[in-house]
Amino acid sequence: MYAIVAGGGKVGANITRSLLAMGHEVTLVEQRRDRFEQLEAELGPVVLAGDATEIFVLERAGIARPPDLVLAVTGDDEDNIVISQIAQDGYQVPKVVARVNDPRNQGHFDLLGVARTLCATSGLLGLVEHEVPEHGLVKLLELRREGLEVVELSVSPEAPAAGKRVAGLSLPDDVRLVSITRNGVAEVAGLDTVIRPGDQVIAILKPGLEDRLRKALVG
Amino acid sequence: MWSTLSGMKVVIVGCGRVGSGVAKQLAEQGWDVTCIDEDEGALARLGEWRGGFVVGHGMDTGVLERAGIAEADAAVVGTNGDNTNVVVGQVIQRRYDIDCVVVRVLDPRRAAFYAERGLRTVCPTQTAIATLTDVVRSCEVTPV
Repeated sequence: MYAIVAGGGKVGANITRSLLAMGHEVTLVEQRRDRFEQLEAELGPVVLAGDATEIFVLERAGIARPPDLVLAVTGDDEDNIVISQIAQDGYQVPKVVARVNDPRNQGHFDLLGVARTLCATSGLLGLVEHEVPEHGLVKLLELRREGLEVVELSVSPEAPAAGKRVAGLSLPDDVRLVSITRNGVAEVAGLDTVIRPGDQVIAILKPGLEDRLRKALVG
Repeated sequence: MWSTLSGMKVVIVGCGRVGSGVAKQLAEQGWDVTCIDEDEGALARLGEWRGGFVVGHGMDTGVLERAGIAEADAAVVGTNGDNTNVVVGQVIQRRYDIDCVVVRVLDPRRAAFYAERGLRTVCPTQTAIATLTDVVRSCEVTPV
């Protein structure tokens, strides 16, 4: 596989090292001269000096081949959007993944057609909520393109679902229980699965139905 | 003389030399103008200013909305960052459904790329190249 990685900060440099170790061909584009020299000393001719939002720099990196994958992982969200748009709209790169630095910019990525994004801040926030569930419901995964999300809930002894079969719950359409974890062991949830206090339930649903799921399951 | 267009509203993102100049001209012609700049000091460029001014970044939709983008007929995006301009320009065009969004892009190739995709880009670099070339050509130079 051939990949162009735009942005040689910690994220870009580590991804490049991993891709190279897996035997892939990579070009890493870094704009800052001092950082470029540092990376070049370590990684050699894989590293290219330049601004990856300039089309001629991307061309020197081989954007016209086109690569199988472009990763826009600079520290600037506007730059990442522009790199992604040039790669996917200008050169039909089959897979483009962009880093979202400021979670408030997520909507801009979505609106401008940059579909595959990763936001470390949102991810970390999700993990924090996972440790400290505030509303009894934690988002584990957002399947943005599919319009679905995966959430986790804890069942307390006084929860309305405690002691009931899955089939007996009044769940909204577009919500399915996926698994029940009890004493650290997970089982796929079926219609006959009985929910017990202390269970961790994983569900898949359409966004917006979180409150109705929570009411039906944990009150 | 210019005709007066009363009631037309424009939001200008980036109030540097270019943005402030456009703002003053449009205001003189009767437009309702609101400028956005990260630097409060940019207001001084506008002189005696009766239009609106919002301090903030164009990527922040809250800032755009405080500047009245939802009711605007046009927008000019001319900060000193090409990528900020094309991104903010597209957000304004798509999110607020404004057709007349004019965006300054210094890099000719990026300007062409986004012009092909429906953004009204203006490239001062391209204009400078054309003007300089024309002026040189128009000099009556004779071989030494």
